[in-house]
Amino acid sequence: MTPFLQENVVFREVYCFLGGNEGNASWCGGDGLLPGGFEWAAYFAAGFVIMFILVNAALLGAAVFVWSERRLLARFQARRGPNRWGPWGIFQPIADLLKLIIKEDIVPNAADRLAFTLVPIIMLMALLLSLAVMPFARNTYLVNLNVGILYIIAVSSMSTIAIFMAGWSSANKYAMFGAMRGVAMLISYEIPLVLSLVGVVLIVGSMSLVSVVEAQTVPFLLVQPLGALVFMLGISAELNRTPFDILEAESEIIAGYHTEYSGIKFALIQAAEMAGVLAASGFLATIFMGGWSGPFWSGQLGAFWFLVKLAGFVMLFIWIRATFPRLRIDQIMAFAWKFLLPLALINFLVTAVQVYFFGFYQGDVPGELTRNELWIMAAINIPVALIAIGIFGRFSREKVRVPEPVFQNIAPSPRTMEVD
Amino acid sequence: MYGFGLAKGLMVTLKNFIRPPFTIQYPEERIPQHPRFRGEEFAWYEERCTGCASCAKYCPLGIIKIVTSEGGRSPQEGGHYDIDVFDIDIGRCMFCGLCVEACPYDALFMGSGFERGRYERQDLVITVDELREAVKKPSTWFRPQLEDSGYDPHKDSALDWRAVGREKWEWHQREKAGARIKFRPARVGDKTQEGDGEARS
Amino acid sequence: MAIRTEPVTINIGPQHPSTHGVLRLRVTFDGEVIVDVEPVFGYLHRGSEKLAEERNYVQVLTLTDRLDYVASMTNNQAYCIAVEKMLGVEAPLRGQYLRVLAAELQRAASHLVATGFLLQDLGALATPLMYCFRFREKILDLFEMLCGARITVSYMRPGGVFSDAPPDFWPALDDLMQEAPHLIQELEQLLMKNEIVLVRTKNVGVLSAESAIASSVSGPVLRASGVAWDWRKMDPYDIYDRLEFDVPVGERGDNYDRFRVRIEEVKQSLRIVEQCRDEIHPGPVRADVDAEAIDLVLERRGEAEKPLAEGPVRAELPFVLRPPAGAEAYGRVEAPKGELAFYLVSDGSIAPYRCKIRSPSLINLTVLRELLVGWKLADMIVTLGSIDINMGEVDR
Ligand code: SF4
Ligand code: SF4
Repeated sequence: MTPFLQENVVFREVYCFLGGNEGNASWCGGDGLLPGGFEWAAYFAAGFVIMFILVNAALLGAAVFVWSERRLLARFQARRGPNRWGPWGIFQPIADLLKLIIKEDIVPNAADRLAFTLVPIIMLMALLLSLAVMPFARNTYLVNLNVGILYIIAVSSMSTIAIFMAGWSSANKYAMFGAMRGVAMLISYEIPLVLSLVGVVLIVGSMSLVSVVEAQTVPFLLVQPLGALVFMLGISAELNRTPFDILEAESEIIAGYHTEYSGIKFALIQAAEMAGVLAASGFLATIFMGGWSGPFWSGQLGAFWFLVKLAGFVMLFIWIRATFPRLRIDQIMAFAWKFLLPLALINFLVTAVQVYFFGFYQGDVPGELTRNELWIMAAINIPVALIAIGIFGRFSREKVRVPEPVFQNIAPSPRTMEVD
Repeated sequence: MYGFGLAKGLMVTLKNFIRPPFTIQYPEERIPQHPRFRGEEFAWYEERCTGCASCAKYCPLGIIKIVTSEGGRSPQEGGHYDIDVFDIDIGRCMFCGLCVEACPYDALFMGSGFERGRYERQDLVITVDELREAVKKPSTWFRPQLEDSGYDPHKDSALDWRAVGREKWEWHQREKAGARIKFRPARVGDKTQEGDGEARS
Repeated sequence: MAIRTEPVTINIGPQHPSTHGVLRLRVTFDGEVIVDVEPVFGYLHRGSEKLAEERNYVQVLTLTDRLDYVASMTNNQAYCIAVEKMLGVEAPLRGQYLRVLAAELQRAASHLVATGFLLQDLGALATPLMYCFRFREKILDLFEMLCGARITVSYMRPGGVFSDAPPDFWPALDDLMQEAPHLIQELEQLLMKNEIVLVRTKNVGVLSAESAIASSVSGPVLRASGVAWDWRKMDPYDIYDRLEFDVPVGERGDNYDRFRVRIEEVKQSLRIVEQCRDEIHPGPVRADVDAEAIDLVLERRGEAEKPLAEGPVRAELPFVLRPPAGAEAYGRVEAPKGELAFYLVSDGSIAPYRCKIRSPSLINLTVLRELLVGWKLADMIVTLGSIDINMGEVDR
């Protein structure tokens, strides 16, 4: 048996330490602690260690993100933000979490208990699964799937199901509103989201995220500006961030699909949402900003470069959230179908032509694009992006029924009124 | 085209991101309170109080409870009533200041504090003993004599009863002489010009 | 295959993040589209009108503070004008200036609250709200200087204001006036051209001028529908006839116009405040009345009252007012939310016999159904925010 995670350093170390032997793991240095026939135990232990690290990293990341979002939002709003617990209030998320854990865990009477309870688990699971393919630094990833990009899309759309389950099982009209909005919106946004990544896949010629990073001699943000924009907007819709947060629009439908959740379930849903932003920023950094590769020492400082880029995108998300009001459901749908989808298609078309031309017609190594070719593509694609946004920005303007304005000058001139 | 207005908005928030926050870290920092602030603890000077209960009658909520008994000398001879009970139920008070406005002898003043969190409703009643012993830092609300002297309850020290009165006032002298001001509606359309009359300005 | 659908009825409120108090809306939805709206109110009913009959004329003032608690100054003003009409006195000039100054500052503050919460309803996560409140907070600081309280001010009295502004008020006002244009400009930059605000508010919740007039709507809601109607111009009370200001009017009567009209009115208010600051003269702030000085000693002996002084003397209005029996007065002002009026009847006692409050919020709320049917849930919240009701005033 060859565990397909054998490339992973942590996995290999734990597995070899416990259960490696000549028979099934020739890539281990020597025999492990466990007797023969117990390799499955070593397999599980190694997997568990990885899961442990990943889950904790994700939740800790979510906690740090909650804190930084609250601090930064406060600063955008000219406030101070949480600053009581620990230096600069850094322990605030922990206090919040403690409060949520201590709170009573309420399940409404009319709720479908099973579905209701499963929701936070599914949401968190979808998130953790998507982290599996994320390359944090050079050779630091859980698994290098050859269908990485497809995998991300597939796994992250699981949260749609969770949202609908939450809305349906809560037996609450507000939650149902949120869930229906969620299903309509999230499924619509999947399409531009997938299409926006096709350009990247065409250029790289592979769906593995590791090859995507390695192919980025020029950041794809420049080569694929339209793709990056559509992906960014699409992913912020997937994450229910303003201006697309109609799922949980607190001024309209209380808290949307998680209205009825409290206590630890609510904490988990929140954690999944928050870590989702981190994951999305991570994917943005990986796919469009070159992941771990930096201006120098990409090998040694890979994790650092990755985190810097991730923090940049997180900051952008928070900044947008602090500034914009939210759109209405029909406007959001129009935005997806009339604006994002055409842009994604244009991007697809333009990139396909360019890749055909540079990759095959030009005559150097077929299927590979050199640095210069990528710069040329960037030079073409940025104006194309601006023109396309200009054209479709106009088309996607909402046409609403406009009653004719009524002008009627009924106001008498001042001082002619009788005072009683 | 989409985006210019949005970008402008982003710039505004970014500008504010760099600016210092406008909020106050409350228990450590405080916004400066004006001396006129109508605070919660009510400075009351027993020496000045005649037990007339004007304040109690004038309170819109009727939350001042006054019980008096006759003192050693009769009021006609210049003595005054002893105040046995002077309870102000802060739990219902709305700090309108009308009681202070009503007090003709400058015995009652609004306080200057605002932090009176209590666990029990009874604790919100200010009793006469508490009023007697309190450190008196009266607010200058409706007390022009304090305001003219530049008194600031948040900075200056407590005042004793001799320092807070408005004895110099003309009407006071006249009332001592046995005069009483009776109200009669003015003629309609008799608009007051600025500067005349003897009202405070 | 057709799927059977049925309308859903939701009670939005009385506890809901954005019904501006304890308003309850029984809304019937067909999907997201509103089929029917019925506002249900009365959750904040405190019986102010009845309570007023049990209190003397100055004590009622403290009740008016609590009607529209984001605009107490104008409530005070309307009530004082009503009482003054009954008594036949008029506030001295400086008192009127101070009243107008305070009322206009209050109008700016109230409109800022309305704008902030409108944007909050639009989903802008508290940022415009905080900017609005930053501005409003400075105005409230000035109120604290004037009268010692920030919200429930009780600043005005029948016959003027309770006391003159303290000397440090004027420099503080100057500071505010210097800062204000920047704050407003910032708000405009953030909101006026913001595409999301535009698509969400333009042409949404259109109120035509005819139906606005037919429903007796007043204030910015009426003006946004294109009707230039402002009691400050139509029936100038206090010193508004001495001041120069414009009445901003909208074009279509949609949410955007209501929002725009409010921002413009804030600017106009600041203009009025500036004029007041420049024109105000020293003088008394509370009305004097003719009074007789009577010898108490003679009276005690039971002899005929004989004036102590020759002719009448001037005295302040007393604490306890007694308008002549049968006197009636309708005192109205242009409050931030519309025409606010007090109708008082006296029976000669120290308390009003009847006190009727014409509250603009309640009457503006009546157009809600017309504005909302056919729009979506999200528009409902925004339209409600743009009408700018205050439950303290609706329920009284
Ligand atoms: S401040 Fe107002 S409510 Fe409070 S005791 Fe005095 S009169 Fe009564
Ligand atoms: S505090 Fe003033 S009004 Fe009240 S009883 Fe004493 S003297 Fe009279």
